[in-house]
Amino acid sequence: MNSKTMNRAFHLEAKDINVWFGERHVLKDVNLQFPSNQVTALIGPSGCGKSTFIRTLNRMHELIPTAGLAGSVLLDGDDIYDDAVDPSQVRLKVGMVFQKPNPFPTMSIKENVISGLKLSGRKNEISNDLVEDSLKRASMWNEAKDRLDEPALSLSGGQQQRLCIARSLAMNPEVILMDEPCSALDPGSTRRIEETILELKETMSIVIVTHNMQQAQRVSDKTAFFLADDNQPGYVVEFGDTQQIFNQPVDPRTNDYVNGHFG
Amino acid sequence: MSETLPKAPVRRALRVKPATTEDKIFFGVSAAAGYSSLVLIVLILIFLGLQAWPTFAQQGIAEFVFGTGWSNAEEQYSIGPMLWGSLLIATLGVILAVPMAISIAYFIEFMATPRLKRTATLFIDLLAAIPSVILGLWGLEVFSYVGADWGRMLNETLGFLPIFSNVAESFLRTPFIAGVVIAVMIVPIISSVTREIFSQVDDDLIKASIALGGNRESTFRKVILPVSASGITGGVLLGLGRALGETVAIFFVLNLVFDSYNWFNILEPGGGAIASLILGQFGEATASEVSALLAAGVILFLLTLVINSIAAFIVSRAQPWNNR
Repeated sequence: MNSKTMNRAFHLEAKDINVWFGERHVLKDVNLQFPSNQVTALIGPSGCGKSTFIRTLNRMHELIPTAGLAGSVLLDGDDIYDDAVDPSQVRLKVGMVFQKPNPFPTMSIKENVISGLKLSGRKNEISNDLVEDSLKRASMWNEAKDRLDEPALSLSGGQQQRLCIARSLAMNPEVILMDEPCSALDPGSTRRIEETILELKETMSIVIVTHNMQQAQRVSDKTAFFLADDNQPGYVVEFGDTQQIFNQPVDPRTNDYVNGHFG
Repeated sequence: MSETLPKAPVRRALRVKPATTEDKIFFGVSAAAGYSSLVLIVLILIFLGLQAWPTFAQQGIAEFVFGTGWSNAEEQYSIGPMLWGSLLIATLGVILAVPMAISIAYFIEFMATPRLKRTATLFIDLLAAIPSVILGLWGLEVFSYVGADWGRMLNETLGFLPIFSNVAESFLRTPFIAGVVIAVMIVPIISSVTREIFSQVDDDLIKASIALGGNRESTFRKVILPVSASGITGGVLLGLGRALGETVAIFFVLNLVFDSYNWFNILEPGGGAIASLILGQFGEATASEVSALLAAGVILFLLTLVINSIAAFIVSRAQPWNNR
């Protein structure tokens, strides 16, 4: 295997990531590799730093004024924190879906889908095909096709979240980061999002933060278990294939967590 | 037959009534204050209407509002140029103030450190509290000369546009200078309202925009501004209401011309403003002139009432998606 294919095998890689907020050290020495076309779940109790970590992967982390970072994030071998890199270009390749559905309230469904292209100044790429394709990939086309010009907020919460996924997909990213995308949704909407995730991994890598153990098992190929001891920075206890993490965890703390003994 | 009908449910009175003595006193004082404001407004309108009636009856409302001239000798009074001047100066002030006010609000809300944010907010609110007579004196003694130079520069570079033409050779006491003074006066009002609206913009929307590859500028233009538009409009109309009612400051810096309209020549020394007209003429007014001045007051009152109602309506509908 030459180095080029090595890089392709690991689209996205976090190396020795440390994070601070002001003087507080919140993440310590996180090393994770996110294989292409796979879903990686980040699990762990509240406050262990998994949401903080996922934000370092598309440079959303730096929007918090006191935030600090050490280590590097490699996307196709290049450090996204390099001085020469424009963060907005990183975010075009690494899309993000948030905990709460957040479609733009002043825009229609269609305008939301193409909003990223407008925001990043790529209006020439806008087309009806792109709208249809993005909504189809997010399993939203059948519900949205007859109401493209209606306000995005006329959709239900689950539909809004799938619209946000479509909005991300219109940018044609290599990776999508999802920060507890189903925590505000009902079980039916959650199931549909999970089906969408499984379809999407054919064409991209997905990193998902979830509190829901069953969800991690249903959708992910790899799982990383994060933990933070009292007043100590969070770290990765164990990282491996999802089946292994849930069925034969190496670390007793992983075993306790995935079996619901704490957290 | 009627005895077979089901008995209709009797609705019970659920109104909250003051139970304790403290509540009764508290409710009474609040209600009295609330109603007295309504009564006062009605009484003012009745007083103004009665006093103004002779003028309206003698001149006709249309002639009074749209005609020109203000003559005690002929007892002929028309506020056309004053009314138009008020609108012209207020519009000019708003055009100058809005970009400035929005920029200030953006800086305070999205760029300043928490400490600078507190300080800047305090100073902006202080600026809003400066009495207009102080700004008027500043306009008269300081700004008029600076503003006249600005006017001269505008005329020299853009004088080919009719709006910047000048035949009087003087650039003092122009609608332009009055407009700038008004802008200084209303920037704090508009920026204070706008800052409040910006602070209510859902942070998730800004994050979504950044995560979609947006930069500061595109996020502002395509996300923050659209969701804030109705609120900002309300703030602008509040500023416009203040601008229309402004009296002293304009009186100090503007040459009031009664007998002809200055439609748009903002660099000519001559214009109008209703409130300043009232201030300027009231001291030595004859009986019939007092009636005319109060009639002018009625028109100004109605104008500001309409603008404030529109502002209240727009502000109440601000961010309708938050009320679902």
